[in-house]
Amino acid sequence: MSDDDTPEEQPLGTLPLDAWHRGHGARMVPFAGYEMPIQYEGIVAEHEWTRQSASLFDVSHMGQLSISGENAAAELEKLVPGAVTSLGEGRMRYSLLLTEAGGIIDDLMITNAGPHIALVVNGAVKWDDIAHLREHLPDEITLTHYEDQALLALQGPKAAEVLDALVPGAGELTFMRARSFDWDGTPLWIARAGYTGEDGFEISVHADHAEKLADALTADDRVKPAGLGARDSLRLEAGLPLYGHDLTTEIDPVSAGLGFALSKKRRETGGWMGHQACAVKLGDGCASTRVGLLVEGRMPAREGAPVYAGDELVGKVTSGGFSPTLQRPIAMAYVGAEYAAEGTALEIEVRNKRLPAKVSPMPFVPHRYYRGS
Amino acid sequence: MPRYFTDEHEWIDVEGDSATIGITEYAQDQLGDIVFVELPTVGDEVEKGKEAAVVESVKAASDVYAPISGEVTEINSTLEDEPGLVNSSPEDDGWFFRVNVADEGELEGLMDEDAYKEFLANL
Repeated sequence: MSDDDTPEEQPLGTLPLDAWHRGHGARMVPFAGYEMPIQYEGIVAEHEWTRQSASLFDVSHMGQLSISGENAAAELEKLVPGAVTSLGEGRMRYSLLLTEAGGIIDDLMITNAGPHIALVVNGAVKWDDIAHLREHLPDEITLTHYEDQALLALQGPKAAEVLDALVPGAGELTFMRARSFDWDGTPLWIARAGYTGEDGFEISVHADHAEKLADALTADDRVKPAGLGARDSLRLEAGLPLYGHDLTTEIDPVSAGLGFALSKKRRETGGWMGHQACAVKLGDGCASTRVGLLVEGRMPAREGAPVYAGDELVGKVTSGGFSPTLQRPIAMAYVGAEYAAEGTALEIEVRNKRLPAKVSPMPFVPHRYYRGS
Repeated sequence: MPRYFTDEHEWIDVEGDSATIGITEYAQDQLGDIVFVELPTVGDEVEKGKEAAVVESVKAASDVYAPISGEVTEINSTLEDEPGLVNSSPEDDGWFFRVNVADEGELEGLMDEDAYKEFLANL
């Protein structure tokens, strides 16, 4: 027996909660340059617990950055397609760092945090992001990397009541809003966001207090720790693309189905890196596009599997796995635009077998974000 | 009935000229939740050390190698509907397939239970 998921050979960092994860029985694997918990009791159990109750994920490998200084918002707008200058205080936006050719360098969350603009970027590419930002932002803009901050994600339908009991007022945030809180003298920055499709929060806390917060959250019976394995199956069910897999510098936002991240006004005004390339795609359409696929049978189709329409190779799977909620394999793939219509019958080749699959709308499992009552 | 183990975490029970093959408790624990098992077809010839089956966990696909060469005489078709049997009973009800032993000499070099336990202790 051999696992084909060979870990990368590189010196690994440890995150603030390393000992905490091990103490809670986590299986640790190399990911994004760190040893990270892939699972505790099992991916399916953790996945289901997140959908029913609340799970605590450690996402401290992600990059927590800020930019500040005069015109920081306007300067950042030159590098992303989303509007930043019009973002109200405490509001967040999903956006993208793009190359001139429209390739996706990273996807990120941008928050107007008042005195500065907060960014959360992917762990695997955070150093490249920092280099890109530093290269293109004027010298007078200060770029800060909060390496001493841990980031915990509390996700699931019971996350709000759990967190509100611990940090009164946190439950009043609505989806994509953030602000600072005081938890018995410990400053927390809490955003109502996540990447599981469930309601939930991301909580930034100084590394020195991360264990105390993780203990306090998991002391509630409604919360269990969950690993990266469940995080991946949840985000796939939620139809959310994963950087390095579904998004790369070879892929532009229009092909990726992220047109919503290209703010309508800024499509017209331009003035951001990658605008011309994206404008061409918006006008002419894309050769290929990201779709969801419901796969028949039980055999999962993984990343890299070719997609066929009859004898014609029409695309490639970029994320795939078994959906615990739907009890069937699901996948994301890039396919030729003429094969992207909902219901189109395609085939995925896995180990010389053809698995029938149908283009499906995403999310595969409905989002349950809290947008206010 | 002697049971042998491979360093790729397969087990093999040999009874006369028939051998039953599966993956070990350690292997299923490492893989996590198993959602699909792709078995060979009855009549297939498997070759010692070559891929004979595939187990798919939620996370990844892993090859299972034949510990011995031979013709597949039977497969555990229960696994098609209940792949989780490999997690709950890997060394019993969750067996994968049976082969006709072509060359008993191929069993030399495989580990017995004590040797496998020691092998696991040193991983």
